[in-house]
This record gives sequence, structure tokens and C-alpha cells, in this order.
Amino acid sequence: MKVVSKETISPEVEPIDPAAVKQELLRKVPTKVARKRAKQIVINSLAENQDVPEIGANTRTIPGIITQRGCTYAGCKGVVLGPTRDIVNITHGPIGCGFYSWLTRRNQTRAQEPAGENFMTYCFSTDMQEEDIVFGGEKKLRAAIQEAYDLFKPKAISVFSTCPVGLIGDDVHSVTREMKEQLGINVFAFSCEGYKGVSQSAGHHIANNGLFTHIVGLDDTVQEGKYKINLLGEYNIGGDAFEIDRILKDCGITLVATFSGNSSYDQFANSHTADLNTIMCHRSINYVAEMMETKFGIPWIKINFIGAEASAKTLRKIANYFEDPELIERVEEVIAREMPEVIKVRDEIRARCQGKLAMLFVGGSRAHHYQELFAEIGMKTISAGYEFAHRDDYEGRHVLPNLKVDADSRNIEELEVHPDPERYRPRKSAEDLARMQENGFRFKDYDGMMREMAAGTLVIDDISQYETERLLEIYKPAIFCAGIKEKFAVQKSGIPMKQLHSYDSGGPYAGFKGAINFYREIDRMVNSQIWTYLKAPWQENPELAAKYACD
Amino acid sequence: MRKIAIYGKGGIGKSTTTQNTVAGLAEMGRKVMVVGCDPKADSTRLLLGGLSQKTVLDTLRSEGEDVELEDIRKTGFNGTICVESGGPEPGVGCAGRGIITSINLLEQLGAYAESEKLDYAFYDVLGDVVCGGFAMPIREGKAQEIYIVVSGEMMAMYAANNICKGIVKFAEAGGVRLGGLICNSRKVDNEQEMIEAFAEQLGTYMIHFVPRDNMVQKAEINRKTVIEFDPGHSQAGEYRTLAKKIEENQTHVVPKPMHTDELEKLLIKHGLAG
Repeated sequence: MKVVSKETISPEVEPIDPAAVKQELLRKVPTKVARKRAKQIVINSLAENQDVPEIGANTRTIPGIITQRGCTYAGCKGVVLGPTRDIVNITHGPIGCGFYSWLTRRNQTRAQEPAGENFMTYCFSTDMQEEDIVFGGEKKLRAAIQEAYDLFKPKAISVFSTCPVGLIGDDVHSVTREMKEQLGINVFAFSCEGYKGVSQSAGHHIANNGLFTHIVGLDDTVQEGKYKINLLGEYNIGGDAFEIDRILKDCGITLVATFSGNSSYDQFANSHTADLNTIMCHRSINYVAEMMETKFGIPWIKINFIGAEASAKTLRKIANYFEDPELIERVEEVIAREMPEVIKVRDEIRARCQGKLAMLFVGGSRAHHYQELFAEIGMKTISAGYEFAHRDDYEGRHVLPNLKVDADSRNIEELEVHPDPERYRPRKSAEDLARMQENGFRFKDYDGMMREMAAGTLVIDDISQYETERLLEIYKPAIFCAGIKEKFAVQKSGIPMKQLHSYDSGGPYAGFKGAINFYREIDRMVNSQIWTYLKAPWQENPELAAKYACD
Repeated sequence: MRKIAIYGKGGIGKSTTTQNTVAGLAEMGRKVMVVGCDPKADSTRLLLGGLSQKTVLDTLRSEGEDVELEDIRKTGFNGTICVESGGPEPGVGCAGRGIITSINLLEQLGAYAESEKLDYAFYDVLGDVVCGGFAMPIREGKAQEIYIVVSGEMMAMYAANNICKGIVKFAEAGGVRLGGLICNSRKVDNEQEMIEAFAEQLGTYMIHFVPRDNMVQKAEINRKTVIEFDPGHSQAGEYRTLAKKIEENQTHVVPKPMHTDELEKLLIKHGLAG
């Protein structure tokens, strides 16, 4: 191919042919691997009817390619239940799973009162030993639940099964049922053994099914507030939820529950009293919104608070849903108040970042959402992909009816949900819904990441370490975004790396103030001269010459 | 020291055959250790005169790390050394992992050391090799020699054939070999000829045909091997012969497991059609 040498001139001068890049990425791997990866490495294009090419996603990782993916336990305990502050989350397994999933995502939380419960800083584990594997761990689990209850008297205790628990067949659900009865508090378990499913996505599903089954709908208290919404798929990394909360409050919108950033047990229990579900991360939670609509009659919309423009658009969409001029006006006031500062910082920084390239390989929605923020400061996303998303997150929900349900997906329980005889209450009549849709309001819709990416960009699912390194060499992006596992390998190649799982030490990046934080952070990173001062020893000194002392 | 593992279908008489054979070897003046690898811990009952053994895993559980060899070994008939691996109650935990833990501990404690001057170590393993744990006794450095207890009943032969598949796998990696088939008669028609033919197909031979005799039951209810209970009985002689044959056995092969349809043909030819 023409432009893969390390010394290639910048892409603005000579455009890089994505087809050649794709070939280059596949060149070194065995034929069978290349055939599979070829489906997961797609050159984006937009047909006239807005259709994008099909991408391979949510399939088993090829062993040995060094994936970014995590396990089902990580998705369940780490991602979804991790940010819950007043549920005691006990990992049933050897200590490593508990310890290494302890607070690593920088989920923040604010207990409601000075004495409010916050167990997030604790790490609970049954610390299984070989003896527990041989003789079974149910007794120890029962004792652990009792101990946690005696120490903390929490509202709820949950249990997460790790791989060995699944292998030896401990019946965690019967233990939690028994303890629930005995203690009189809510105790429930997740069969989220790490080996289930193809990625952490399975764990999100198991977690959300559990929250829906065991907590949602338990508390019918109707809160004060004219415009009551839930925020689904927001995990309060680096304080994102606090900024979103601030904005919503200013608009007069009541947040009943967040799944699960800065959340509390009572919020989940009460969440079915909201009048609208808004979805941030479509991947990790769209099925909860679907189930809540079926069971309680709450419609859902896709929203996005990452990016200032996106935040404004989101607020307008929420206001339009309630069809209340007062709210519509209030939202416009808030936007008008917030935007000048955003624009001031944005324009200043755009002058320095315009045209620079970004790559995002993260999550099941983040690789999409953060493109908004980069676009706002003039940066182009040249390549992006998800770790664990499914085809609908790439191509849009219209592909859902055609998705193949494979054995790995069947392994994850699909709940059957019916309208609740007492609690089902359609928030909008069928006529209203039809009228609104006719006027262009879009319910339960997500167009996916690819429709918003430029033609010729590379969309790569479950990117490997090798592909990452080659992309860095070929495109030399100004910044690469992923997670902690990729961080240092990327930095080693002299390219700034921003973690979008944990935000390194930064944030919030959501909402208006968050957008400003992000512009500044990216400006600092891509315009820093630090990398030009760094030279590896072999770059400064000529190679040592040597010869064998003997043959 | 020869390390020998006894496998075979559940209920075929592995423990009974093993203990009676070991009693025969002990009579010959051999020093033998029996390691029971069944969570039920009933592999040494006849040698010890009852289920009084504290298992390795129970001891490990109650004593923690601080386990002595003497805590887990008991001396039975004619100086035989008896060890029970033990394991969880049915339906909980992982019995396979228990066997791995237990055998590792025995090794660490020096149960197989030169200083113990053992002539034989016998592993009595439960039923089929259902998971990696139950294959532990035939992994590298453990038992080198396997005898499969079988009868002329179809399912017993199926199980024996399956065990041979496991042996092939470990023979490549660890050097374990099949010493022969022990036919523990169920008085099936043509039983001896059929097992001899079966053994030939597997590339081995029938080392001994143990006839069915109620004396075995009688001795068992008295918690004794036949050799101890009624030394002059003909069945005691059968076990002595088996012990002698094992002592003298020079045939150690990598078996050639049969395809299921071949096995069925053999059954029809010698048994069902006969």
C-alpha cells in the first residue's frame, strides 16, 4: 500500500485510502481470522436512504488477538451495580474478582444527607478458598450476607457470582431468597459468571434484568414535580450526573431515578412513577426502557448529554415530549444562559484543534457520543468502534428485526413482561403518540454511530492491540481514546491517550460545564509539546555495533 | 514403587476388588498404600474394619494448613496404609477439585517418599472419569498403571471403553499405561469369552476372571475382605491369584478404544446373539 511507512506525511496532505488500511490490518493474520475480522472492520459509507454498511458485532472474540473486552461479571457488578451506593454488593468468589472491580470506574455518588449510607468505598467479597470450592460456598455466602447485614443494616444486599461459583453450582438464588426472608430486607443475586456471553454486555443485561425484577415498582410514592423523568444508562463517571442534575433542576425537570449513576435503592424502587425514560447508553439498557414501557406505560426516547449542542438538543427533546410551553421556554432560557461561556471557550480552542484527528474505541455508546465533543472543537473522528456494542448501536435500531440470535445471546435470560394490572398507565394516549410522531417526534429510536460518521472513516468492532498499533502508525491521530488497558501502549507510541471509561482523573464531561472541561482537557493534551521533547535512547544514540565473540 | 489406579463403571465392584487384591499383596509381604478417591470415603472400609477414617479434606478443613501425615493415614489389614481423599456432600461443591487438592497434599507431605518404602500405591477412583479432577490419579507422575474392572454387562463395557479414551489422552502426555481388564463376573452368558475378546480389541488382555460368589457379600457385611474373613475359601484364592498376576504383570499398553458400533457388534457376536 502507498502510505503505511512510519514517515508518511500528514493525512491532510495526502489522503489515506481506508481500503488499503483495512487490507493492511488484515494482512498479517491467518485467513480464517482475517475473514472474521473483515466483517468487523468496515469502511463507512452512507447510502441515499441513509443506510450504512453491515458490521460484525457482538460475536465471540478471537482468542489471542488481545481484546479490549471485559467479562460478564465486570459488566454486571462493575458497570451497572458499581455506582449504587446504598446496596451492599457482595462478590461471591475468590478475592481477586472483588478487589480488582472495586471503584476502578471512578463512579461518583453523593449520599443524600450527612449520615446517608454510602457503601461504595467498601469492597465486599466472600473470599472463597480452595476448601469452599471443594465443599461448596453456600454456607460462607450465607454467613457473609449475615455479617454484612449485622454491620451495616442496609436496605438491600446483592450477590454476584464469579466463574468458579458457576462451575461448582452454588445455588446463590436460593441462598438470597432464604436470607431475604430471614433478614426482612431485599436480598437478590446475579448469575453473572465471567464466562457467560461474549463480552461485558451480557453482564449489563443480567444486571438490569435483576434490578427490574427485584426492585423496580416496589415503591408507589408519587414525587412532587411537573416533569418527571428517569435517566437510563448514565453512570456518573467523574461527576457527569451531577452536571446533568444541575441542568435538569434549572429547567424544572425532576429526575426520579438514574440507572445507575449517583443512584439509590429508593430511586430504583420508585422509578416506575416517572413519565418519561431517557436513554443515554443505548447498549447497556435499552431493554429496561422497553420493559418499563410494556409494564408501566412509560415511553422512552434516546438522548445524549455528551456535547454542548447535544445537551441543548436533548433538553429541547424532553421539553417537546411534555408539550408544555412553560417548560419549552424555561429550557430555552437555560440553554441561552449556558451557551455563551461554552461558545467562548469552544471557539478559542477550536482555533488550535481544527482538523486534528481523533480515534475512539470505547464502550457501547461512548465511542459515538464523544464524537460530538470532538466535532465541536473542529476535530475529526477518523476511526471509531465499540468494545461490546451490538449491530443496532452501530447501524441503528432498524436492523433489530434482522439480528441473528446466536447461542451466546440465548444464554442470557430474556424476561417476559406484561402490563402491570395496577401500575400500568400509558403516559401518552395512542392518538397523542401518533400525532407527535407525525410531527417528527421520534420515540424509541436510535440511528447508531455510523450514520453520524463521515464516509471513508473506519469503523472497527472489538479492535485488537495489533490493529490499534497499526492504526496509530498509519494515521498518527492527535489523540486516541479508550480505556486503561490500552492507555500505556498508546502513550508509548508518543500519542496522547484519553481514557473515556474513567476519564483519567478528570470530568465531568457531560452537559455544558462538562463540555468546557472536555475542550480544555483535549486542548491541553493535543497541543502539548511534551511528546516532541521525549526521545527514546535509541532515537538519540546510534545503534551499538557488536560482533560475536566466537562462532 | 508401582502406582496403580483402578477404574470402572460405578457399582462394578472396584472398591471390593481393590481391597481384596491389596489384602492378597499384603499377605505376600508387600507394603501397600490405598488412596480412596471417592467423596463417599468408603474405599478402605474392608481393610480398616469400618468407616472410621478421617478424610484428607476433612482434616485439611479442621486443621488448616497444619496437617501431619499421621493425621490422615490409618493402618489396616496386615499393615496396609489407608487414606481417604473425601469430598463434599452430594450435589454441592466440586469433588474433582477435592481429589486434586488431596493428592497434592499427600505428595507434599511425603506419603510417596522413598523413606516410606512402599511397594504399591493403589488409587480407587469413583465411577466414570467425569471431569479433570477424577483424572488426577493418572496424570503425569501419578499412577503409571491402570486396571479397569468390568463385567459382561453392556454398560460396564461402554464405561470401560470410555475410560480407555481417557487413558489414551493421558498416555500421550504422561506415560500412563493400561495393565489389563479385571472381569468381576455378573454371570452374564459367555462372559469370559466376551471380555477376552473385548480386551483383545482394546489391545490388552483379561488379567483375571473373578467369579461371582456370595462369600464376597458375607465378608463385606462383616466389614472385612474375603482374605481376612475366610482365608480358606476359594474366593480368597481367586483374589490371591489376581494379586499375584498383578505383581507379575509385564503387559502395559496404550489402549485402542473402540467405536461404539464396533463395540455393539462385539456384544451381539458374543453375548446377545449367543
